This record gives sequence, C-alpha cells and structure tokens, in this order.
Amino acid sequence: MVAGAYVLEYHLVNYRRTWRSSALSTLVLPLLTMLGFGVGVGSYVSGGVEGAPYLDWIVPGLIASTAVQTAIGEATWPVLSYFEWLKVYFAQAAAPLRVADILGGHLAFMAFRVLTAAAAFLVVAAVFGTIHSWWAPLTLVVSVLTGLAVAAPSVAYSSSISSDSYLAILMRFAVLPMSLFSGVFFPVESLPVVLRWAAYVLPLWHGVDLSRDAMLGLAPGWIGLLHVVYLLIWCVAGWAVAHRCFRRRLVV
Amino acid sequence: MVTFLMPRFVPRLVSFEGMGRRSASVTERNIACLRSMYWVVMVSGFVEPVLYLFSIGVGVGALIGDLPLPGGRLVGYAEFVAPAMLASAAMTGALSETTFNFFGKMKFMRLYEGILATPVRPIEIALGELAWAMVRGVLYSAAFLGIMVAMDLTSAARALAMFPATVLIGFAFGALGMTVSTVIRSWQDFDLIVAGQFALLLFSGTFVPPTAYPAVVRWLIEVTPLYRSVDLVRALSLGPVGWTQALDVLYLLAVLVIGLTVAGRRMEKMLCK
Amino acid sequence: MESLIHARGLVKRFEGFTAVDGIDVDVRRGEAFGFLGPNGAGKSSTMRMIGCVSPPTDGVLRILGLDPRRDGPKIRAKLGVCPQLDNLDIELSVRENLTTYARFFGIPRRVARQRADELLEFVQLTERADSKVEPLSGGMKRRLTIARALVNEPEIVLLDEPTTGLDPQARHLVWERLFRLKQQGVTLVLTTHYMDEAEQLCDRLVVMDGGRIVAEGSPRALIEQYSTREVVELRFAAESQEAYAEKLAGLGERLEVLPDRILLYVADGDKAAAEVQRRSLAPASVLVRRSSLEDVFLHLTGRTLVD
Ligand SMILES: Nc1ncnc2c1ncn2[C@@H]1O[C@H](COP(=O)(O)OP(=O)(O)OP(=O)(O)O)[C@@H](O)[C@H]1O
Ligand SMILES: [Mg+2]
Repeated sequence: MVAGAYVLEYHLVNYRRTWRSSALSTLVLPLLTMLGFGVGVGSYVSGGVEGAPYLDWIVPGLIASTAVQTAIGEATWPVLSYFEWLKVYFAQAAAPLRVADILGGHLAFMAFRVLTAAAAFLVVAAVFGTIHSWWAPLTLVVSVLTGLAVAAPSVAYSSSISSDSYLAILMRFAVLPMSLFSGVFFPVESLPVVLRWAAYVLPLWHGVDLSRDAMLGLAPGWIGLLHVVYLLIWCVAGWAVAHRCFRRRLVV
Repeated sequence: MVTFLMPRFVPRLVSFEGMGRRSASVTERNIACLRSMYWVVMVSGFVEPVLYLFSIGVGVGALIGDLPLPGGRLVGYAEFVAPAMLASAAMTGALSETTFNFFGKMKFMRLYEGILATPVRPIEIALGELAWAMVRGVLYSAAFLGIMVAMDLTSAARALAMFPATVLIGFAFGALGMTVSTVIRSWQDFDLIVAGQFALLLFSGTFVPPTAYPAVVRWLIEVTPLYRSVDLVRALSLGPVGWTQALDVLYLLAVLVIGLTVAGRRMEKMLCK
Repeated sequence: MESLIHARGLVKRFEGFTAVDGIDVDVRRGEAFGFLGPNGAGKSSTMRMIGCVSPPTDGVLRILGLDPRRDGPKIRAKLGVCPQLDNLDIELSVRENLTTYARFFGIPRRVARQRADELLEFVQLTERADSKVEPLSGGMKRRLTIARALVNEPEIVLLDEPTTGLDPQARHLVWERLFRLKQQGVTLVLTTHYMDEAEQLCDRLVVMDGGRIVAEGSPRALIEQYSTREVVELRFAAESQEAYAEKLAGLGERLEVLPDRILLYVADGDKAAAEVQRRSLAPASVLVRRSSLEDVFLHLTGRTLVD
C-alpha cells in the first residue's frame, strides 16, 4: 500500500503543473450551472419538485453529476495516453511496483480530484444558500463513492482500447445519457419504464439520490443502504476488471 | 484602349484562382483518414442534441409547462428550447472540429507544415477544414430537424427554412473557432474555451428567454453570437420573422468573414516563419 | 547557364536574431547543390526560404524566375520538399500519404494512384504500402518523405539533411536513389553536416557558418584550395596534445591541435609518418588518410563539423 502512495504522489506532483487551469473549470463551471440553470430555469418551475424549490432540488444532483464528470475525465483520456502515448504505466511497471499499486495509486488520485471538485461545488452551493442540513458534508463522501463507481470500470474500458474513437463512443452512448436521465434535472419517475430501469442500473442515479438526502436532510432509509451497497459493487467489480486489464498489458 | 490596358495594371493582390480546388483537397485528406471506428463516431454525432432535447425539453419541460413568447403567445417548453438546441449543436459541432482537432493538427501532428510545402495556402487549409466541419454539422442539423418535425415541434416548411440558417451558424462558429485556435498556446487553454462555450450555452437565451435576466446582463447576452443564432433559428421555427433576423444573418456573415480572414493571416504568421 | 535559384544578399532574421546573414547563391539546372555546415549555421532557414514557406527578411530571391513573395503557390507547384523532420500524416497509410499529397497539387486521382505505386517501388516500400506510418523505421519514414517530395514530378527537390539518423545501409540506399534522380535531370538542393554525403552527392556546394557562406566550389576544388592532399592523424597517450605540437614543427604545411589528437596536413602522408617515427615521438596511434571536406571546414572555421 505504501508503494501505491508513491504512485499517488507522482500524480499529485504532475497535477501541480496543471491545477491552475483545472481550478477554473472546477469552480467556474458549477457557478455558471448554478446561475444559468438553477436560478434561470428554476424561476420558471413554479411548483418546485418533490416539495423543494427547484434550485435546492437540483443542486445535490449537480454535485453528484460533477463528481461523475470529473471521475470520467480522469479515467479515460489520461489512462489511454498513459498506455498508448506517454507510456507512463510502463515506466512505473519497470519500478518495483505491483499492478495493484499502479492502479490503486491512480484511482486514489482520481478520488482526490473528485473530492476537490465536489467540495468546490459545495462551497458555491453554500454561497447560494441551498444547504439545509448538517448532513450536507456527507455529500462529499457520496461523491467520492459515486466517482469511484464510474472511474473503476472506465479505467478498465480505457485500458482495453487503442484509439480515442472508442472514448468518444463511451461518452456519447453511456456517459451523456446517464448524466441527462439519472434524475439530476428532473425526477426519474417521469421517465418511461424502460429508461427508468436503465437509470436504476447505472451508478449515477444512486449517487444523486444519496446526495439529495444529505443536502436536504432527508432520512435515506433502507433504500439508502441499498444505494451504498450497489455503488460499492460497481467499485469492486470495476477494480477487478481493471486489475485484469492492467495485468494483461503490463505483465507480459 | 483604356479597357484593353486595364487588366495589366490592376495588381493581383489576392488570387482566387484554384482556391476552391486546393481547399477541397484539404477536405479530401480528412475523408481519406476516416477509419471504421471513426465512422461510427461521426455518424452517431447527431444523437447528442437529441438526448438534450429529450432530457431538458421533455423532462424538465414537464416541470415548467408553457412559456410566453415576447408576443404573448404561449408555447410548450420543448418547442421553445428545440431551436436553441439546434443552434447550440451547430455551434458545438463547428467548435469541436475547429478548436480541438485543428489545434492538434497544427501544433502536434505538424500536418499543415507538410501541406504548406505544396501550392495550398494557409487560407485554403482553413477553408478546407471548415468545409469538413460543415459536412458533419449539416448532417446533424438535418437529422435534428427531422426529429423536430416528427415530434411536431415545428412544421416541415419552417424546418426547411431553418436548415440554411444552421449552416450559416456552423460556418460562423467554425471561423471563430479557428481564430481562437491560432491564438491559444497550449492544451490547458482549452479549459478556457470549454468554460466560455458553456457560458454561452447557458446564457444565450437557450433555456430561458433573455428577458429573465437584469437589463445589463441582457444587453451583454444580446451581442453574443450564440444568442443571435438562437434568435434567428427560434424566429424561423416559431415566428414571426422580421428585421431583427436580417440583422442576425448579417452579424453571422460578418463573424464568418472576419474570422476566416484573421485565422488565415495568423496561420500564415505561425506556420510561415 | 540558367539559374533556377538565384539569391543575392539573402537575409533571415527572427526577432532580432540573424539566422541567415546575407548569402549569395546560384543553383543551375540539373546540378546537385549542397549547403554544408554545423548545427545552427542557417541551412534549414535558407531551405525554408527557398521552399517559399518562410518570407525572406531582406535581399533578392528568385526561384524558377519567379518571386516567392508573389508567386508562392506557383513555385511550390514545381518544388519537392523533404524537410529536416519528417512530417508525414500519421493518420494515413503509406500509400495514402502519397495519394492525398498528390491531390494538394491538383493531380487527378487516377494519376496519383499510379504515381504512388511507382514511387513506392522506387523507394522500395511496396510491401509496406498499406501499413500505417507510425510503425515504420526511421529509414523507411525518410524514404517515404522523399517519395512524397517527388509526387508532383518537381523540377527542384529540396532535401534538408536527407540521411541524418540513418544507419549506413539505409544511407547508401537513399544516396543511390538520389543519384538516380540526378541522372534523370532533376535539380537537387540538399543540406548536410556529413562530409561523405556532400562528396558523394554534390557537384557544387557552399560551406555555411554562423549564417554566412565561408567557401564555395566543387568538393574537389574546395579540398585543393583549403587543404593538402593527405592528412596524418596522431594521438598521443599524454594528457595534453599541446606539448607534442612543438616537436612536430616543420613537418607539414599546417598543423591543427584538437583536444584528442593532432592533424598534420601534408602532401605525402606516409613520408610524414615515417618522419614522426624517426623523431621517436612514439604516438599511441597513427592514421594516414586523404583530405576531406571536414578538413576544409576545420581550416575555414577553426572548428570541427560534427561535435
Ligand atoms: N522560428 C525560429 N525562431 C527563432 N529562431 C530560429 C527559428 N528557426 C531557426 N532559428 C535560429 O536560427 C539559427 C539557424 O537555424 P537553422 O535551423 O537554420 O540551422 P541549421 O543550419 O539547419 O542547423 P541544424 O544542423 O541544427 O539543422 C539557429 O540559431 C536557430 O536557433
Ligand atoms: Mg537544419
């Protein structure tokens, strides 16, 4: 595990070079979404949703969605380029590191990125007065869990392809639909049955629901427990597949 | 006698001779590098605005109900956002090809260095790349318009009128994107572009009418190219069409011409040191 | 004689830094002309100006009788360019690299395909025609770049360091192909910092250093003018070669002391070597060789060419 920390350190040092420009997107994009969508569109949703004003209702969903976007961003192009173009993983494999260290260290870095993005959004949300519960900080835990639940399988996918065309396909046919139909912008209950079940199967909706409970101070109940377990299954299964893919490419 | 001599004394500052053919050869190169997987990516591009239409237009629309237009007429939310989705999809498509891909070819693949050793000129590369971005954009717009008509969000006749408008929007943003590409220094600057594009998308009267904002913000919005595009397409889709829309067309034409000129000049400066 | 490339007082300046400092060049039809010089001499800058992709800062430049500033496209249509660094299209296959490039010159598709096949044959890449560019070896990429430069049947071919980084076998293959081109009457302009390359390929060359031309002529004439017929290379085991320089006084026409060896310029190498033995100086190694352009360069600039 110590060796995994060295890998994490590598990614953090690397990140120091680019954090400035990524800080812009982690802070400014949520702010814009908040203003443009939450406030703008929200003012036209007269009745609110599920008893909460639209802005309050949408913010927790946006946080979970930001977590997923950040996780996907880190788990796709960088992974592909570390294998195909920059060969960073191969360099690491030449050092006394196990495959689990290389994978674990990178996933830990992704968790770190998700955490900072979610925290930034939470601060913006607080400024807009959309936090109504002491449980709100739990959103950060939910975000990291949701982030890892999509990051692990995405890493597995990215490590088994050779061209970025496949990433475009992942974005278009998996990530975008998931972001748009997982109860972030409107309740999944209004979806047709088939799409609703698609939302239940994918990880984001579970994160959105948990995040909403934490931000609005609602009791998650046994459904909440189910959400956590289900997200953990995505994490573990994703890890297992990613580990196999990494092994196949690094240990030959 | 005078008319006979004239042509000799007119200096040939810009030659348009062979320009079309040379630009087309740049487009041709892009077609030659289409591979099986890239085809799938290209053809499926039209899905994205459609997904947005269903999520925001239909899903969120159910929460909003009807919106009043400036004239006082009530329209369904999906009818209201669909033209804006179309305009912003034309923008996004044009920008993705002319910023990310264009910059990569220019800086990292050093593709244009090779091309510039041939009779092809920088402005012709810009035109060829733009034409390529448009081929895709045009296909997506047509698909989206078909869906709008099928969902009864506009009439077939209006859809036909909107089609050339989306082509113009694509060209204008493509030229703008190229200019931006010649200005930025590194991949990191793309975060700025993405943020700018996102801001345009959110505030250009796309999801709510600009009248929802304070007067100052509203005037700022009114001059953005995306707002002018949305205004044009929305008027064509829902009516009525007036002088404002003629202004929109002029505005987009100006963006196109200025963008292309500046991009060609700057490419020449960067690549022909 | 018709001058295909004509330059007078040609200057190229980058933000205050002068890369090419007023050179005069005339290249005649059908000859192979070389720019020889160390890193940073201004060879590539000159080649890019001739290729009409870099406007001269000052001076006169006419190519095929035309002005690059006005008729860039028209001139480039008749040039073939092989740049210092390969800029092949990595998204295309080997054959497509040639066919798409031909289209930039407006060559009809059918002709382009046919010419691509001929050129692949010419540079011995026919078996790799459908491969991507990425996995090709350095020598294969270079040959492909040369083939690409020939796709428009150019009157002048510009080759910027055509064989740098290639192994000896690959170099000889490239030389042999370039020699054949020359026989076909194509005008070749090349840069190099390899003496043997210049001697093998060039009818006439200029030696460049610090943006200026320091000598001009055929390889043979330059050697005759600036060097002796033979050279004796002496290495002494001691720390400093300097100490031995005095003891060699009067042995040859000229003597150069390098950090690791002493060069003795003489008409008859063997005789001089015998004389060294007679003075019982006991060098660790003695090598007698013919004078080369390397020696010309050393004489002109006081520096070696490849450091
Ligand atoms: N675009 C540029 N901007 C600024 N300086 C440049 C540029 N291109 C070349 N130079 C400078 O001009 C000088 C001559 O460069 P040039 O590439 O012509 O040399 P060269 O003879 O081709 O050397 P080499 O053998 O290394 O290829 C160098 O000092 C270089 O740093
Ligand atoms: Mg050079």
